[in-house]
Amino acid sequence: MRSTVPLLVKLLAIAGFGILYIPVIMMMIYSFNRSKLVSVWAGFSTKWYKELWYDDVLLTALYKSLLIGFSSATISTIFGLLIAIAFVRFANFKGRLFLSLVASAPLVMPEAVTGLSMLLLFIAMEVSFGWPSGRGVDTIMIAHATFGMCFAAVVIQTRLRDMDKSLEEAARDLGGRQPFVFLSIILPLILPSIIAAWLLSFTLSFDDLVIASFVSGPGSSTLPIVIFSKIRLGVSPEINAIATLMILAISALIMIGSFLVLRRDGKK
Amino acid sequence: MHSFLQKFGRLLVIWLPLGWLSIFFMLPLVEMVNVSLSEAKRAVPPYNPAFQIGKDGISFQPVVDNYLLIYEYWEDYLWPAVNSVRLAFFSTLYCLLFAYPMAWWIARSNKSLQHILLVLILMPFWTSSLLRMYALIGLLNPNGVINDFLIWAGITVTPIQMMQTDFSIYSGMILTYLPLMILPLYASLVRLDNSVLEAAADLGAKNWDIFRTIILPLSMPGVIAGCLLVFIPAVGEFVIPALLGGPEQLMLGKVIWTEFFRNRDWPVAAAIAIILIAIIIIPIVYARYQDKENIN
Repeated sequence: MRSTVPLLVKLLAIAGFGILYIPVIMMMIYSFNRSKLVSVWAGFSTKWYKELWYDDVLLTALYKSLLIGFSSATISTIFGLLIAIAFVRFANFKGRLFLSLVASAPLVMPEAVTGLSMLLLFIAMEVSFGWPSGRGVDTIMIAHATFGMCFAAVVIQTRLRDMDKSLEEAARDLGGRQPFVFLSIILPLILPSIIAAWLLSFTLSFDDLVIASFVSGPGSSTLPIVIFSKIRLGVSPEINAIATLMILAISALIMIGSFLVLRRDGKK
Repeated sequence: MHSFLQKFGRLLVIWLPLGWLSIFFMLPLVEMVNVSLSEAKRAVPPYNPAFQIGKDGISFQPVVDNYLLIYEYWEDYLWPAVNSVRLAFFSTLYCLLFAYPMAWWIARSNKSLQHILLVLILMPFWTSSLLRMYALIGLLNPNGVINDFLIWAGITVTPIQMMQTDFSIYSGMILTYLPLMILPLYASLVRLDNSVLEAAADLGAKNWDIFRTIILPLSMPGVIAGCLLVFIPAVGEFVIPALLGGPEQLMLGKVIWTEFFRNRDWPVAAAIAIILIAIIIIPIVYARYQDKENIN
């Protein structure tokens, strides 16, 4: 049995969890407020949720965010897997130091800097060779895939490093070719981390405001951009309703992802 | 043939991501340096590139005007820089104070409770910071939940100003970055050997002494890692000062945004971004140096 935790520590910890959860829970409660006035409770109502269905700007933005999220998460996961393989499986190669620099620097770069620098590059490219013409869904996708793959690489790398190598060696000893060994042994073993990496890249893309604001063009506003401009006008039950739905959706994805990661920790 | 394919595949595994990141991460930074050395002008795009490949061949005419401008109007730019560091520093400190008991509790709970608590930590971390800051506004507003409660309870008559203060910034930072502090702390605390603590307790050490002489020193790597993970993104934060801060809580991330979107002065925005990178590199280099020291 582990030594007991002092009561004071427990109380402080519970206060900490309170800080993390109380604002969001209050917001969710107030999303069911009938009154337009945020602070006056006027009875239970789901009318703000119904109104969301008729908000075209919001639905278009949601569609764009989902499109960008799916495509950039897929690119991120594939490239993240490649980076992880290069680091874990290739002992030494030319450019290892450079790759480790460019694959870890995006993790610590402020979003405003990443966004600004990418936009400046896109514009310089447009001036020089006419691509990308204007900015829109494709430029946001590229930007999101770029930082997403660095996060994906970290997640997959950890799993690949901890993987039990004996099965793979057995397959190779029995004459399995490299592609066969990869597809039938390695891939299934690291699959939970690949799913977790995809979910992580998707949520990063779906939540991103700053980078998307820089590299988006007119008419390609994502959901966070639309929400940000609405928030600037003040608190409203309608935003409470969108925010509630988004947080619930992302939380569900995270539950699945963390379940996958924790389950493999539990098995060890 | 087989080994040729293998070699080719190996090159592909390395060069696909390396190429992508060079083009879409390194090259933008190079271009940003270029723009920061360019002359601003009224045009589309609003600058005259320092480095140009045109009809008359390659030309490189850097100007340091943008950096001089920042130097000249240092009050407008230095103050947000100092403010960014100050707000990020204290945010890190507050996060550490809240995170330590949480990490300690999680590390000392049984396996099933540990899983639940870790998921509870991870969930807010991955839900959008924008939305959680919005939720916080609903709490801190003059007509928000907290003020309503205080007025209802008779503690205050007029609403207390909480938005657009350092307090709202720190609340936002704690709400956003607490999980980033807890996870490395938890990782170092969970490895702590229980028998050492029991031995100290058997020999008559008080709780406080055990914490000060055993737990804290052994969890130091987690403390340093957590502080870096919070401090670095906090310095460049945009959403928190934009939504929760007033003119007194200017931070560099927001200044870049304003210069770019409102003033349309792209070269100055680029120059500020480079200064921000310089500020962030300092703690990273320090951590690397510490790591090397520890290994030696």
